[in-house]
Amino acid sequence: MSSKTKDKKMTGNSGFDPTRRSFLAAMATAAGVTLAPGVVLYGISRSSSANAAVSSEVRWGMLIDLGRCDNGCDDCVSACAKENGLRGFGRPETDAQWIRKVDIKNPETGYSKSLPVMCQHCENPPCVDVCPTGASFKRADGIVLVNKHTCIGCRYCMMACPYKARSFVHETLEDQKPHAPRGKGTVESCTLCVHRIDSDRQPACVEACSDTGGGAMLFGDLNDPESEISKRVANYASQQIRADLGLNPGVRYRNL
Amino acid sequence: MKPITYSELKGNSKPFYALAAILAVFILIALACAYYMEHSGHHVTGMTNQIVWGMPHVFAIFLIVAASGALNVASISTVFGKPVYKPLGRLSGLLAIALLVGGLIVLVLDLGRPDRLIVAMTSYNFKSIFAWNIFLYVGFMVVVAAYLWVQMERRMNGYTKTAGMLAFIWRLVLTTGTGSIFGFLVAREAYDSAIMAPLFIAMSFSFGLAVYILILLAAYHGSGREIGSVVTRKLGRLLGIFIGTVLFFTAIQHLANLYAAEHGAVERFILLDGGIYTLLFWVGQVVVGGLIPLFLVFRPATKGASRDIILASILVILGGFAQVYVLVIGGQAFPLNLFPGMEVSSSFHDGVVSAYAPSLPEIGLGLGGVALAGLIVLLGIKVLRFLPVSLADADIDPHHQAANSGS
Repeated sequence: MSSKTKDKKMTGNSGFDPTRRSFLAAMATAAGVTLAPGVVLYGISRSSSANAAVSSEVRWGMLIDLGRCDNGCDDCVSACAKENGLRGFGRPETDAQWIRKVDIKNPETGYSKSLPVMCQHCENPPCVDVCPTGASFKRADGIVLVNKHTCIGCRYCMMACPYKARSFVHETLEDQKPHAPRGKGTVESCTLCVHRIDSDRQPACVEACSDTGGGAMLFGDLNDPESEISKRVANYASQQIRADLGLNPGVRYRNL
Repeated sequence: MKPITYSELKGNSKPFYALAAILAVFILIALACAYYMEHSGHHVTGMTNQIVWGMPHVFAIFLIVAASGALNVASISTVFGKPVYKPLGRLSGLLAIALLVGGLIVLVLDLGRPDRLIVAMTSYNFKSIFAWNIFLYVGFMVVVAAYLWVQMERRMNGYTKTAGMLAFIWRLVLTTGTGSIFGFLVAREAYDSAIMAPLFIAMSFSFGLAVYILILLAAYHGSGREIGSVVTRKLGRLLGIFIGTVLFFTAIQHLANLYAAEHGAVERFILLDGGIYTLLFWVGQVVVGGLIPLFLVFRPATKGASRDIILASILVILGGFAQVYVLVIGGQAFPLNLFPGMEVSSSFHDGVVSAYAPSLPEIGLGLGGVALAGLIVLLGIKVLRFLPVSLADADIDPHHQAANSGS
């Protein structure tokens, strides 16, 4: 290094440079302005369960007491349709149904019953096993969902589901609910009203059943021994649909 | 045995271009059908929330199954060491790739979101047999292309046996995968069985060979090349064995189900009172696609005349479509059994046999896949040396020649 350049450098280091100081101040301000809203929002978000990480310590489930479920009542079905923006096109074979009332009758004894059937949110869901892209997935808290961004519409999950719980969107949709996005050409099913659960509310069907129906549906954490649902399944006999398949559904029935 | 000379189709014949144009029109119609279905949504098809896989799947599965079977002719020469089949090997590989491409294009264009094909190529769930099949299909094309290359490139001929063995194993695994798409469906009574894999392999042998025979004879008759009765007779007898194998596995499939009381209802549906499905099973699959072609290829009176072999091949293909239709559509039409022993009804078609009527766009899309496979073969034999110049008896079978001169 020549002595000339060395001198120049020395001068630069020891001298006061107002441009540099104001530049640093501006940078600090800019960084603060940029980061602050994020920090504030992060703080707000942490205070709400909507953005809390989903934990496998919880397993959401439902107990449906058919002793309280009236044959003619379909309040759960209409509440689901309203909540999730499901509208029929007058084509029953292709219109989506997330929850339906199924009438069963024992041909030998004549015993008959009507019960709501929806995605059973299995512990070992066949729809998740068969999905080629992983769009069908089970959340850590046991809710089985479809990722609408990666579903290619192959419908293999519909072939695999033993409960006929899934629908393929056969038409162009309009006026969707922001909390329940749907898409033509993809598969969908009951989300257990995941948007409500994430803000500490009950699924719409459960709420409707308790408000205007028979109060047959009980929603809660099957992993928490202190929850009402855990106490009920511990004290009374409950059934799963097609329990023989070993899928361990999260939806249980009483008096089936 | 004389050295085999292969050549491209020569000249500029009008029928060649006419055929290519017709196939291209079918492909364009299929694209229009696919666009219509995707644009309007699948409600314009015959498919519903009950019958989720319709006519396009019938075409796609037939073509994919036939693709792996079409490769058998090459395998018999390379893997099982039968020199008479050697001249037939190149066309076998080309046809296998062409049928697979045709089938896959139908499958992809019937997706709810075919625009997301890239998702299927980049995002995998390895527990899914569907995801495995994506690898098996793409890998099959690569392996068979390599197999063709080592057959056609003189310097690489030494690797033919290795490539042929790899392709043969790959095709067995591939068809196992295709069958297991159904075999792994635990909740569907018509499927849920390990026999689906060997049944599909048997179907592939039969359908693939039938398609091969027709394409081979069409190519030779169409281009004015000679093909003798030695080749057709051998292929005909082989087809007979494969037809018998399909009937055997079909019988075992239904007998095993009939033995279990819980499957009584679904068997009754397919075999006895399933309407169109029962008709297609007995008349389409068993009689037209099984017993009649079996009689045609083995009847002593004609000793495998090529007219009989051609007719048998056509019937095997028709019966094959009937079989895949009964399997795919019939299996879904039978209701899921949510509550065993109960009578079930709902607004969502629980407990009832679902209706399905294929729509024109679905059939158009399926035929487009067939046309694409045809066009690939047609262009392939036009530009590359897939076909031997002659398959006359004297050219491929020294014993035939000796027998003639000795008599």
